[in-house]
Amino acid sequence: MVIDNKRQIYVDHSAGRPVDSRVIDLMLPYFKKSYGNPSSLHRFGQEAKQALDNSRENIAKLINAEKSETIIFTSGATESNNLAIKGMAIRNRKKGNKILTSAVEHMSVVNSCKSLMRQGFQTTFSPVDSRGLLDIAKLEENIDEQTKLVSIVYANGEVGTIQPINKISQIVHKKGAYLHVDATAVCGQIPVDVQKDEIDMMTISSNDMYGPKGVGALYLKESLRIDPLIHGGGQERGLRSGTENVSSIVGFGSAAEFTRLGMKSESKRLVKIRDNLIGGLIDPIPYAFLNGHPIKRLPDNVSVRFNFIEGESILLSLAMSGVFASSGSACTAKTLQPSHALLAMGLKHEEAHGSLMITLGRQTTQSDADYIKEIIPNIIERLRDMSPLTPKELKK
Amino acid sequence: MYSEKVMDHFNNPRNTGEIPDADGVGTVGNPTCGDLMTMYIKVKENRIEDIKFKTFGCGAAIATSSMTTELAKGKTLKEAMKITRASVAESLGGLPKVKLHCSNLAADALHAAIKDYEEKKKK
Repeated sequence: MVIDNKRQIYVDHSAGRPVDSRVIDLMLPYFKKSYGNPSSLHRFGQEAKQALDNSRENIAKLINAEKSETIIFTSGATESNNLAIKGMAIRNRKKGNKILTSAVEHMSVVNSCKSLMRQGFQTTFSPVDSRGLLDIAKLEENIDEQTKLVSIVYANGEVGTIQPINKISQIVHKKGAYLHVDATAVCGQIPVDVQKDEIDMMTISSNDMYGPKGVGALYLKESLRIDPLIHGGGQERGLRSGTENVSSIVGFGSAAEFTRLGMKSESKRLVKIRDNLIGGLIDPIPYAFLNGHPIKRLPDNVSVRFNFIEGESILLSLAMSGVFASSGSACTAKTLQPSHALLAMGLKHEEAHGSLMITLGRQTTQSDADYIKEIIPNIIERLRDMSPLTPKELKK
Repeated sequence: MYSEKVMDHFNNPRNTGEIPDADGVGTVGNPTCGDLMTMYIKVKENRIEDIKFKTFGCGAAIATSSMTTELAKGKTLKEAMKITRASVAESLGGLPKVKLHCSNLAADALHAAIKDYEEKKKK
């Protein structure tokens, strides 16, 4: 094997993406030239307001929202998830104090629900199967009259499994609850239609579409009312006060437009690389498995696991060969807990520890995937040779 | 995040493997937590003549195992008992704070192996 010391392959796109250079160019005038406050009535203010409106329209178009006013800008997906869950739960407190979510949510959903539980709300975490798909029958069973909010991730970025949102939406509405969808990892990768799928609230992230970090949005159906988290001058339908982050919002809006235009061909390209890489990792290596669903899967997501070894060791070894990825191992987490999403799919702790998450992006090529396929078997073999858990038959 | 020395021991771990006819064997940790290590020692005239390890764990777990074997090799059993988690971490140029407890078990595995040897000798 030839290790190319100069090669740098970044495959941790679900954690962070580069900003599209066309997007940066479009943002720049809003730092030095059109720096007015969108609430001001003069020309400087109106220029900024026009820019916000344009961004709102671009994002509305990406998700087929009924009106651009349904888009509320926030500081990112974490804030959007907090706003949707707390805002809706508190608004409807008198009608019911139960929240239903899934066992494979992002921590911003999990911890928003836990925060509400300390205030007297109840939360049920509905289970998923071994491929990460929500158990629909269980979900329906878990929604009772007190349940006013259901929050489900469109696809968990660690596992990649895409949930049947349309079906979920029908059940939730039949039961008289509102549906929030965390579409952070999904928007820009596959077509999303909030009207067709009757989504009440949806979280959207800018950086996941190659826009700047620190900005995101919540889609809130025009007819719905929720409580704000941040009070002040009443910007963003009164739901997110504070002077708007105009330059970042401009970046977000243009990123959404570029993503919409390129989505079909880019997703097709990524799926091809993804499936080639998954096969190239799990077929030749014994005790290597795919995490999540093989088909109902995000185009950029390669989540695999290798038994008998630990993920941080895999990441360190990969980084030394110029490949930068991620793991669900406890040893890579601030909390020292393995990924709850992997555990929810029935993996044992030691199996979750051996997971490797590769998320592809616009810069990823088939040649990058070939390089990863070439270096991984030796890395796995070296670590297994050192591990006391490795069965005898795998040893040299 | 890791010192150069930790990365060196992770990359080129010293004394990996098993000793089939070991005089003492010590295992600590739990795969559920993400770290499990076994130390094998061969003792001659009260000295650690040979030592090997097997580790399942993160970079810090592998590096501390390797460093511990390096520190222990050739030492008397009494001297080896004085090797601590702290002295292993220090010899590696320090460890990240979160790793000091969970992954720094190698000294414990060494002590367990020495105790195992002493128990066997009594019989």
